[in-house]
Parts: sequence; structure tokens; C-alpha cells
Amino acid sequence: MTLEDWYRQDRLPHIYCAGCGNGTILNCTLRAVDKLGYKIEETTFVSGIGCSSRAGGYTSADSLHTTHGRAIAFATGVKLVKPKQHVIVFTGDGDCSAIGGNHFIHACRRNIDITVICMNNNIYGMTGGQGSPCTPCGAITTTTPYGMKEQPFDLCNLAIAAGANYVARWTSFHVKELTEAIVKGLDVPGFSFIEVATQCPTSFGSKNKMKQVTQFIDMFKNSAVLKVKADRDAAAGKPLEKGKFVVGELMLRNNPTLGTEVKQ
Amino acid sequence: MTDKTEFYNGNTACAEGAIAAGCRFFAGYPITPSTEIAERMALRMPKINGNFIQMEDELASMAAIIGASWAGARSMTATSGPGFSLMMENIGYAAMTETPCVVVNVQRGGPSTGQPTMAAQGDMLQARYGSHGDYSIIALAPSSVQEMFDLTVKAFNLADKFRTPVFLMADETIGHMREKVTLHENVEIIPRRELTEGELPCAPDENGICGFGTFGNGHNIHITGLTHNEKGYPATDSAELHERMVRRQVDKIEKHRAELTDVDIINPDAETVFVSYGAPTRTVRQLMADMPDKFGHMNMRIVWPFPDAELEKFKNVKTFIVPEMNLGQMAKELRQYTNVPIVTAAKLGGALHTTEELLKAVSAAETAKKPVTEVRL
Repeated sequence: MTLEDWYRQDRLPHIYCAGCGNGTILNCTLRAVDKLGYKIEETTFVSGIGCSSRAGGYTSADSLHTTHGRAIAFATGVKLVKPKQHVIVFTGDGDCSAIGGNHFIHACRRNIDITVICMNNNIYGMTGGQGSPCTPCGAITTTTPYGMKEQPFDLCNLAIAAGANYVARWTSFHVKELTEAIVKGLDVPGFSFIEVATQCPTSFGSKNKMKQVTQFIDMFKNSAVLKVKADRDAAAGKPLEKGKFVVGELMLRNNPTLGTEVKQ
Repeated sequence: MTDKTEFYNGNTACAEGAIAAGCRFFAGYPITPSTEIAERMALRMPKINGNFIQMEDELASMAAIIGASWAGARSMTATSGPGFSLMMENIGYAAMTETPCVVVNVQRGGPSTGQPTMAAQGDMLQARYGSHGDYSIIALAPSSVQEMFDLTVKAFNLADKFRTPVFLMADETIGHMREKVTLHENVEIIPRRELTEGELPCAPDENGICGFGTFGNGHNIHITGLTHNEKGYPATDSAELHERMVRRQVDKIEKHRAELTDVDIINPDAETVFVSYGAPTRTVRQLMADMPDKFGHMNMRIVWPFPDAELEKFKNVKTFIVPEMNLGQMAKELRQYTNVPIVTAAKLGGALHTTEELLKAVSAAETAKKPVTEVRL
């Protein structure tokens, strides 16, 4: 079996805009499952609504494209009935943390053995660029025409506080690290949450002086601070600079899980 | 194996019926007056290699049973009005994706929080039309503890056969009262038809039903709530495809109304005929016992789709009387199929109808001329 077998070829081309980072994240995910030697029939993708959630349908595995925000709750049902199945959820920042926020924190709390990959583009892309709970302060969107006034969620901190066993953050620039993180997330028993900062030049970039994909990639490269460095700086009393964010493995623990017990 | 006789409340009988039918996944959220179903499942599921999970809300409960169904389990949730409202989103998803599952609604007084501990039948139209878009569903109405067991079994079989969510529209009275119930060990199981090799996951057979591509069985299919083609792939911009898909999903139920009829008809030659379902059926039966041969009666165990063809059996009917614990919801449906005057005996608040109240409706029936007359009890 090759990497290409993981793609549902007759559904391509995909619907993503030119320059979108979601395809990169899908590629990294499929490289990860391929690397782990998973079988297609032993893998299930579940997704909600939004650009991110179309990704599951481009895989050749069983995929359940569900309702807005509820993917994790659907995935919980799949995993409990078939614990041997590798269950991967694709979600976005709006899907995961606005309409689906309650399902997200409770799945973390249960530490159910699924892997959630959140494509965080800081905006509702599918509906044309409205503000999300992850839109940075000051950013212009169609529903924050004078700049976002609310504070954004830190999704990884949310997942850690709620009980997830594995939490990592990378960007669509860090493809090798991201692939490794997905491999590890799939391997670690319990709830794994991987947040991926990704670019939306169409809806986010066009309103925030980042029309070029390269601007996003430069920003990811320059603003992402490795966890080890951030920890070292923090120990030296140096806080994270404004506009920068931490990437890397943010949590790895071995708390009791749900959905790993195979019934007779 | 032998059948056991127990003295159970309706909710416990419902849970036992589900287990007898092979239900091995239950997701739910506590709500009066349905909670005993979840509690029974929490007690029983771990002992029979099944799953019980208390979800964070009813949205998630409905989502989880759909996911469980695609993983191959017979799955169920139970709730009451407020939770039923929250489930509507994913009930529509289950209809669109043709996911077999069973939803029990032990009805209480509404709207909103209403009367948590009192019986009602106010969610009958919500059961049929509550989610957005055009679709059809199947709904059953038990009027005894035994029927809580038997109709739950039937609900699972209909869900699998017709690839649809099926509702068990009980009420607080039936859920909480205790009666003798026979727990059948070997009930008839009609399994869903598994997708065969080469068959497309959303291409219907001659009955309009698609093969079920259980996840993990190597079918490697895509399931979406978007309008989809026969491969199951999103295809949202074709008017023709959308209409064909919606009509086929509706027709697979509506064109099987004869098979989906489950009624008791007594004294079909009577001039005054009661049409009832659920708890009010019990009062009608009492009246029929008190005054034999005077009235006709149609009790509906399947309320959706409505058994309209059965109405023709009442050749001499001059008035239909519909006692309901709502303001005449199913009477409105009956009106669509008959020109015979209808008297609605609506009763709200939670108490069952009395035979005296039904006789009041009978008196009103003697002079009822309007298409629909409401008698104030």
C-alpha cells in the first residue's frame, strides 16, 4: 500500500482555495497514518462542518461528515463500539471551540482514545470570513469590521486543563514536526489534540494585510516559539513576546482513558 | 431460554426491550420522566458487553448513537421534550444519512420546561416535522408497560429495515406506571441489510432502501449530511439530484404505509368512533368495556406514518372522536384524510382522560357539524 491509496482519488480536485493550508494538514495526517502502517479499513475519519471538515471526505477510509461542532460526539460513538478502530477527527477553530466547545472539553475530560486535528485558521472560512473564538484581538473579519474586541481561546491550554493525554501545536509551515506529532498523537492512548495554525489567505488574509501565502508562512516561521525555548525564557523571567505563540509537544501524560478497552 | 414475567415500570420495560432487541449502545442525558431508561441501561450494559455513556447534553447523545450505529451497533437514546428539541438537529442528520437508531421520548407537559413529572402528548408533530427540510420518519406509541417492551423491539427492527430513526413516543404515565410485563428472551430480529460488494452506499434497492456500509467492514465509504449522490459524495448543486434524493428518502417510508400499519380496530360498524394512541387509549378501552358495542375504536401503535387507509374500514362512521393529551395534534392529521366531522377531546395538565369526559365528547359528537369541533372537558 502506498500513500496515494489513502486519497479518495475520484473526489479530487478538492474545494480548498488556492493557497489554503488545509491540504497540507491533510497530507501530513495521511503521511502519519501511512507511516504507522494503519490499514484503511481500520481507520475512520469523522468531521464537523467548515473547510477543515471537508478533509475527511478526501480520504479513502470510512468517513463521517457530520453536523456543525458535533464531530467529537459522533466519534465517541464510533470509538466505543469499535475500540480497535483508529478514529481521527478533523475540525476547525469555529467547529471545535464555538459550537462544539462543550463536546470538545468533555471528550478531553473522558480522555477518549481519539485524535483530534484542529485546523485553526482564526476565522470562519466556509461562510466567507466571520470572526471565530480564535480570531486574534484587533483582526478584521466580516463580523468584526472595527476589529475583534474579544479575547481568543488558547485551544491547547483548554485541552490540557480539560484532561487530554496528548496536546501539541504546530503550523502548516512545520510539516515534518506536524507529521511526527500526529504519529505520536495517534500512538498515545487517550485523547490527543493537535492544533495546527493554518493560513486562510482568502477570508482572513485579504482583510488583514496578508493576501500572500508567503506572508503567513513567514509569520508562522517567525512567530512560532519552540516549547523548549519558551520554557527556558520563562524560567529566565522573559515572557513570550506579543504576537508570538508556542509550538511543540505541550502535554504528554498517561492518565486513565476511555475507549481503549476491547470487549469480548 | 424462558420468558420472564416481571412487575416493572414502563421505562424499565423499554430498556429491557432494547436489550432483548440487541441494542448494545445507549447514550443519554438525565431528564425527567425518562431517566429510568438511562439508569437501567447504565446498570445492564456493562454486564452484556454493551456501552452506556452519559453524554454532556442531548445534542451529543443523538450524535453518539448515530456514530455507534455506523460502527455497527443497534443504538438508542431516551429523553423528554426539552431534550427532544435539542436532538432535532442530529435527527435530521440521521434522516439524511439514513442511519438506523431509536429515540425514546417519554413526553411531559410543555412547552419549555413545562411539567417535568406530568404526562403529555405534545411532541407528536415535532416528532414528524421537528427537524428542518423534508423527510419522513416512523413513530410508535405504547399504551401499556408490555408495549413499552414490545414496541421498543419493533422500533429497532423498523429502524434497521427502513434505514431511519424511529421514535417511541411514550408519555410520563406509561413510563412510570407499573404493570405485569413478559420479557421475551427470543424476540424476532430483522437486521439491517449490509452493503454488498460493488453496490453503491447510497443507491437504493427495489424497495428504495440502501445497503448499510458498516464502518470498519472494508466498505470505505463517505457519509455526509450534505445532499449526496449514489456514491455518497456531496453533490449540492444539482436540483434534479436533490429532489430525487429527498423524494426517495420520503417515499421509502410513505410508500410502505400498508406495511407500517399497526392498529387495533374494534366495532368498525359503529357510528361514533374513537381514534387514539398512547395513554388515552386506556380510557377509551375502559369506556368500551363499560358500554360494549356502542362505539368503534382505532388504537394506533404506529402513529407516523398515519394509518389513513384504515379509516375506510369504518363504513358507518358519523363522527370521529380524538382524545389526546395535547391540543389536537393528531386530529389535524386525521382531518387530512376524512370529511367526517371530528371532535377533539384535548386534555392538558397531565391527568388522564376519564370515561365521563369521553362521554362528554360523545354528547358533543351527536350535534357536531363542523369539520373539527373541540369539546372543552
